Amino acid sequence: MIGAAVKARSDSLAISEVPAAVHVRLRGVTRVFDLPKGKLHALGPVDLDLGRGEFFSVVGPSGCGKSTLLDILAGLSRPQAGVAEFEGAPIRDVPDGVGVVFQEDASFPWLSVRDNVAFGLRRAGIDPAEIARRVDYAVGFMGLRDFAASYPAQLSGGMRQRVCIARTLVMQPRLILLDEPFGALDQQTRLLMGDELLRLWRETGATVLLITHALDEAAMLSDRVGVMSTRPGTFIDFVETGWERDRDSRVVLTPHFGDITARLWDKLRVEALKIMSSGQA
Amino acid sequence: MSEKRLRVLVVALLIGAVELMCRLGVIPLAVMIPPSQMVVELGRILASGEYASDIAVSLTNVVVAAVLSVILGFVAGLAIHAWPGLRDALEPLLASYYAIPTFVFYPVFITLFGVGSASIIAIAVLLAIVSMITATLNGIDRIPRVLRKTARIYRMPRWKTALLIELPAAAPYLFTGVKLSVAYAFIGVIASEFILSGSGLGYAIAYAYNNFENRHMYALMLLILVTVTIVNTALNHVDKRLQARRQR
Repeated sequence: MIGAAVKARSDSLAISEVPAAVHVRLRGVTRVFDLPKGKLHALGPVDLDLGRGEFFSVVGPSGCGKSTLLDILAGLSRPQAGVAEFEGAPIRDVPDGVGVVFQEDASFPWLSVRDNVAFGLRRAGIDPAEIARRVDYAVGFMGLRDFAASYPAQLSGGMRQRVCIARTLVMQPRLILLDEPFGALDQQTRLLMGDELLRLWRETGATVLLITHALDEAAMLSDRVGVMSTRPGTFIDFVETGWERDRDSRVVLTPHFGDITARLWDKLRVEALKIMSSGQA
Repeated sequence: MSEKRLRVLVVALLIGAVELMCRLGVIPLAVMIPPSQMVVELGRILASGEYASDIAVSLTNVVVAAVLSVILGFVAGLAIHAWPGLRDALEPLLASYYAIPTFVFYPVFITLFGVGSASIIAIAVLLAIVSMITATLNGIDRIPRVLRKTARIYRMPRWKTALLIELPAAAPYLFTGVKLSVAYAFIGVIASEFILSGSGLGYAIAYAYNNFENRHMYALMLLILVTVTIVNTALNHVDKRLQARRQR
């Protein structure tokens, strides 16, 4: 049963090919920050294609520009060089159809769970009946029905992150960007949240880009994992996991999961050692 | 025993001790009347309407001073926050502001505004406004960056971000400023009425004191204590609710 989640592919750890229907395209994307001490080359040049409906994770050493990459895709930051495109159009501001879940708790403490989830829909001027329908669905989907009237302060960290995911889900994004959304959660909760994320991904058909420090999380959730180098971050490897679309956290029990994690660590270890030897860690 | 009950018990014991000392003559009646008589006298004063105009004047001055302090303090806080250079220059002054005895400026205000409510309100505003400025700066500083990023993801214009995200996120801190401003407005108004007014509760207390009308003086003092306690309890109740939502 668990083994069924693994596609029978001998080349499942091979360098991936460019997906057929490109949803997100990055070409030569470079980001340099002007700091008081001088310029900091944080990212790039980065080339990346994400297929429509693909679950792609990014792993890399601390400070390699993972979050900068996400900010560029979200339209929160602009590259100095190169082109970032979503659905064929250059990303200049926050594009329509993009949802972001951050690592930090982004729930609004002054609003109930239900009002938090409905926040974006109300700003978008959507019909109240449609808002109610979508919010009911998202609240139920994320297992928050019994807490719909609660405030974030009354919830655990994991549940607050579910609120943020539900708030993104109701907007029906075609591209979901997740910046270490489970970073502050314990291992058990992270695995369960991973299951919910996979369920959400399957149901919405959205393209997902997950930034994570956790190799096991990347290996378990993704269709493909991109490994980034130390700063300035570029992709040094792409690992296809070969999981079937219908999968859950039990894939961690398979030997193939160990192979993927080992491959990721093999690449990442070299980069992490570079940081340690340079004294940046 | 809960903290609340213990607090009530301590206050009740203190009042009881004062009552006993007054009744037994340990504290002479010429110095202080028993608290029970203060309550009776306060009831009589309120029923007779004898000090109604003084009460109205003081409360009006407090409300005007508090509202002005909150609005002006909030606007000044926003301006100082928006101009980092100005903030760097002013922050040491704001931090040491309450070391300055504001009341020394009363001759200046009399010269500027004359004897009356305008001078009293000016002194009270001078006393109360800095707590609101400080609270506004603190509130804006503490808005989590991720909430502003979330607003950008929702493509909210700047004014909507300020109104729907930043203001509610900073509200608990701002309310602390409101609470302090109201308290300082009370202090500023009542204390100023002692020295530069011909009306108001502060003036009435000073008048009663100078004319040996102990019963009136203590009843009016009790009225101020009760009013401040009621206002403070109401503000604390709101503050508690806001703080409870802020805790994560």
